[in-house]
Amino acid sequence: MRTVSLPIAYMPLVDAAPLIVAREMGFDQAEGVSLDLRAAPSWSSLRDMLAFGHVDAAHLLSPVPVAMAMRLGGIATPISAVSVLSLNGNVIGVGNRLEQRLLDAGYGFDFHDAHRAGAALADAAAGEVVFGVPFPFSMHVELLRYWIAGTALAQTKVDIRTVPPPLMAQALAAGEIDAFCVGEPWGSVSVDNGVGALLLPGTAIWSCAPEKVLAVRTEWAETEPHLLGGLMRAIWRAGRWLSKPESRTTASEMLSRRTYLDVSPELIDRALMGEFTISARGEQRQVDGFVEFFNGAAAFPWRSQAKWIAHQLAGRNGLDHAEAGHLGGAVFRSDLYRSALAGTQAELPGASEKIEGAIPAEALVPAATGSLMLPRNVFFDRRVFDPSGVEC
Amino acid sequence: MSPSLTVVVVEQNRDRAIAIVDALKETGNVDVHVISEASGLARKIAIHSPDIVLIDIDNPSRDRLEELTIASGPMDRPVAMFVSGAAGQLAKAAVEAGVSAYVVDGLQAERIKPVIDTAIARFQVLRQMRTELEETRRALEERKVIDRAKGLLMKAKGIPEDQAYALLRKTAMNQNRRVADVAEALVTASGLLS
Repeated sequence: MRTVSLPIAYMPLVDAAPLIVAREMGFDQAEGVSLDLRAAPSWSSLRDMLAFGHVDAAHLLSPVPVAMAMRLGGIATPISAVSVLSLNGNVIGVGNRLEQRLLDAGYGFDFHDAHRAGAALADAAAGEVVFGVPFPFSMHVELLRYWIAGTALAQTKVDIRTVPPPLMAQALAAGEIDAFCVGEPWGSVSVDNGVGALLLPGTAIWSCAPEKVLAVRTEWAETEPHLLGGLMRAIWRAGRWLSKPESRTTASEMLSRRTYLDVSPELIDRALMGEFTISARGEQRQVDGFVEFFNGAAAFPWRSQAKWIAHQLAGRNGLDHAEAGHLGGAVFRSDLYRSALAGTQAELPGASEKIEGAIPAEALVPAATGSLMLPRNVFFDRRVFDPSGVEC
Repeated sequence: MSPSLTVVVVEQNRDRAIAIVDALKETGNVDVHVISEASGLARKIAIHSPDIVLIDIDNPSRDRLEELTIASGPMDRPVAMFVSGAAGQLAKAAVEAGVSAYVVDGLQAERIKPVIDTAIARFQVLRQMRTELEETRRALEERKVIDRAKGLLMKAKGIPEDQAYALLRKTAMNQNRRVADVAEALVTASGLLS
């Protein structure tokens, strides 16, 4: 069968798995497209490759297209987030100095309780802490800010700086930063290099955070609906394959190859299995749903997710919340997702918005046909975000 | 005469930095600073309060500069990668040449243009040199793998070198693959079996 080659940019991270798997398992060929995957050197270069038409699609931090629609940052090409590539997948960690102080204070590194971690870190930091994050517009920043504002860290002077993930361990060792929030495998790399310990998984702050999206130029989505449909279905198939427990080892091997992440498969296993080594002393912690590609309609781009991001960005940048919700919300294209995945076995929710943070345990909700199980969706402070009432 | 433009070039490699600075100085009234150290990049740049910042598009530290594009960043003047009007075309050309440019908002396009044009030309040359170097290196590596595969075939099948090479080529042609890929598969497989 003739296939159309699609240049696609990604960052070498565990959560690029759906793209890499679609390519390696041949799900792309089955849909009449051929993914030409190009690793980007930085998020800003990746964004430019997409905006200026060097690639047709990209693995992108979910807040980037929302911020672009709100005219934050440099570039304003209209971008559509057509599916969520992954939920969650980040870790917060501290350098040796803070780790030692936390241990001295008797903190148990439960890798679970965000309130306690915040209180313990606020004590250990003694007034000031510098966090490294991969990009100014990222779920890493949003999770950190949300966590800091709701814990004892609110009284601490916090500085958040951009550090490229592969250089995070180095920046920690050099004392340029005291702590970090980063996607795997880069947190585990810091642990294995003996320069830090893991404090919390991102899920401890928000159990259902949209982390990366599949982003395309809106103009391209309109010109090439068939290619877009093929691409989205190929990625959906990859997600389904990834959700099978027996696929995990193969997936780790695939991702670890030199052309992709170029790290040991054992490091990638930790994120895919949710089994972490959190310190150089070898302590193990288990995290359910550490990164999710498929189950619970994970790939569905809920407009309420985009509105939550827009709401946070508007608050920090002094922008009008209603307008931000309107501009940002429209970036997550539940409409395109529905039309591309219609006719597959993909679960399509009945609604395109939900109240974020309002599902304390898995819940059955109406779907386009029948019903579907939505995963646990709570914030650590048990607040909820109602996308219809922007003032919450 | 208009006041001079302050340009910051972020470049770790000393030879490359010199080549870029020399070219920029020829455009006239510009004040050029080079920053080679990645740590604390945004703050180091802010010290110079530049009109234009140039950085290699492949530099992973480029994301550190994005902080400058946020109004509340460490610079008092917002910096944007130019996107509108005539400057939009410049930005596209710059991305293609492998240089990303950050320019103070509101700076007139005719003042920026000579500097950016020069930077684009210079980065294009440097990029081409690097590509050629990489291609040479890759060709050398492929050569080594093909030689090893030839050796394995000669030993396993007791055939001379030219026949081993012909066999590799024939297999590659039949499978519509590159000779180097077939050779690599053979070397990997033989490693597993031995």
